[in-house]
Amino acid sequence: MKNFRDSEHLLRFAFLFAMVLALFLIVRHFVVPKSFGEYGHYRGAAIGETAARPIHFAGQSACATCHTDIAATKQAGMHAGVHCEACHGPLAKHAADPASVQPPKLDTAVLCVRCHAASAAKPKNFPQVAAAEHSGGLVCETCHHPHSPAIQSEGAK
Amino acid sequence: MGGVEGYMYPNEINLYWSVLIVVYPYVTGLVAGAFILASLVRIFNVKEVAPTYRLALLTALAFLIVAPLPLLLHLGHPERCFEMYFTPHDTSAMAMFGYVYIWYLMAVLLFEIWLDFRHDIILTARSSKGLKRAFYVLLSLGSNNTSEHSLAVDERAGWIVTLIGIPSAFLLHGYVGFIFGSIKANPWWSSPLMPVVFIFSAMVSGIALVLLVYMFTTRARHREIDMPCVDTIARYLLYIFIIDFVMEMLDLVHRIYVADESFRSINFMVHTKLYFSQIVLQIYIGTLVPLILLGIVQVTRLSPSLRKAIYALSAALIEIAVVSMRWNVVIGGQLFSKSFLGYTTYKIGLITHEGLFMAVFLTLLPLAFLWVLVKILPPWPELKRGMNRVASVTMP
Repeated sequence: MKNFRDSEHLLRFAFLFAMVLALFLIVRHFVVPKSFGEYGHYRGAAIGETAARPIHFAGQSACATCHTDIAATKQAGMHAGVHCEACHGPLAKHAADPASVQPPKLDTAVLCVRCHAASAAKPKNFPQVAAAEHSGGLVCETCHHPHSPAIQSEGAK
Repeated sequence: MGGVEGYMYPNEINLYWSVLIVVYPYVTGLVAGAFILASLVRIFNVKEVAPTYRLALLTALAFLIVAPLPLLLHLGHPERCFEMYFTPHDTSAMAMFGYVYIWYLMAVLLFEIWLDFRHDIILTARSSKGLKRAFYVLLSLGSNNTSEHSLAVDERAGWIVTLIGIPSAFLLHGYVGFIFGSIKANPWWSSPLMPVVFIFSAMVSGIALVLLVYMFTTRARHREIDMPCVDTIARYLLYIFIIDFVMEMLDLVHRIYVADESFRSINFMVHTKLYFSQIVLQIYIGTLVPLILLGIVQVTRLSPSLRKAIYALSAALIEIAVVSMRWNVVIGGQLFSKSFLGYTTYKIGLITHEGLFMAVFLTLLPLAFLWVLVKILPPWPELKRGMNRVASVTMP
């Protein structure tokens, strides 16, 4: 009994430790979402929530349904791998109601250099130019058609 | 582009890990080092160092409280730090470290300090009134037993806690080195020696800091500095510093001998951008000078006042060396391109939240915490009630 009385204070610290642990577990119980870990190390409900978000991109096949001529031109040119909405922006609303929602007109002087401005970090075989020197102030589409940008294919609209 | 030489990938131009990430391993290292010094008394029975035992523990606690702050300030969303505890990922070294930190704080440091100061806390509570008494009763967790046997229980439990604490301290700081050493994409960091180098430099910085704090506080209290104590600390400091220096040189020689694809780039950096911080500050001023000074004390008979001056100077230089080492690792590792064709420049901010002022503030903040801790729990050897138990009790 005497031994216990002289060691009893150790239990006090152990109790404090246990209290902190219990507090942690209680807080954890309330703050960690219930669906956490359902499928992996993330919130399982996030999948449903993400799926329920409105769709902004229509997808290339939706564009090609109406714009068959442009889709064919693009498919034959250097931009075959670039999806329509990569340049035109998300257009699900336009695809759903083409008459009332019109995509904005693009400015090629701004748009093209996003990808084609010269940078040493880009692969050597990727077409890139110092825009000011290359065009002398002309906008890109004066010479390059955006849907099939190689100059020799000009006219093949 | 300003500050860039040669070719850098776009995401390498600005440094993501700022001076706060220099402060973080430095402060964490001081915790581990101070605790190792305390363990010399408890576990290795180095009685001469006993006057610094309690001060070392409080120093470790003060710095441990501040250790996560540089990381939290560096984060864009510091409030998310709790996620690491609530939903830790078993592949995240950082998440595992969160638990090591809490383990070290709660189960090692706080417990050991409580055990060692429990007697004093109870006596202070008994001799106080009002709020002060309530505060100390709270600190004692309601314990009121000061029998010889209960104090012996404290000693034995403290010994066990320290025994567990030594690997915990190694784990605490070894992890910091592990984080850098396991970043295999960066040749400046990727080295299995990194955790070892971090542990030894941590021990050196922590021991030097406690030596400085002990000498300063003793002088400030107009007491005599215990010469056998500081002589012994300085001797251990020299031994551990030699091991630390050898480890770092081993790493350097290994890099020079292997001379892999990154060597030309790293070699260039050490001779240019890092020349002052690595060669001048870390190696010449911060390492060779204190090694020579501490070595001279070992082989000559110098007067106590000269020895004290040498110890203070050496300890201060060692702190400079360890801060420089952290700087060279953290900042140095981000100055060169993975292409090995270019170098960037780190422009440190002054009053930004990751700037120089904040770094200095966070480095000095633990001293303010230490001041408060010392006021609450005076660690001075002459105030220890009864016999100097730590020094006199030899545990199995």
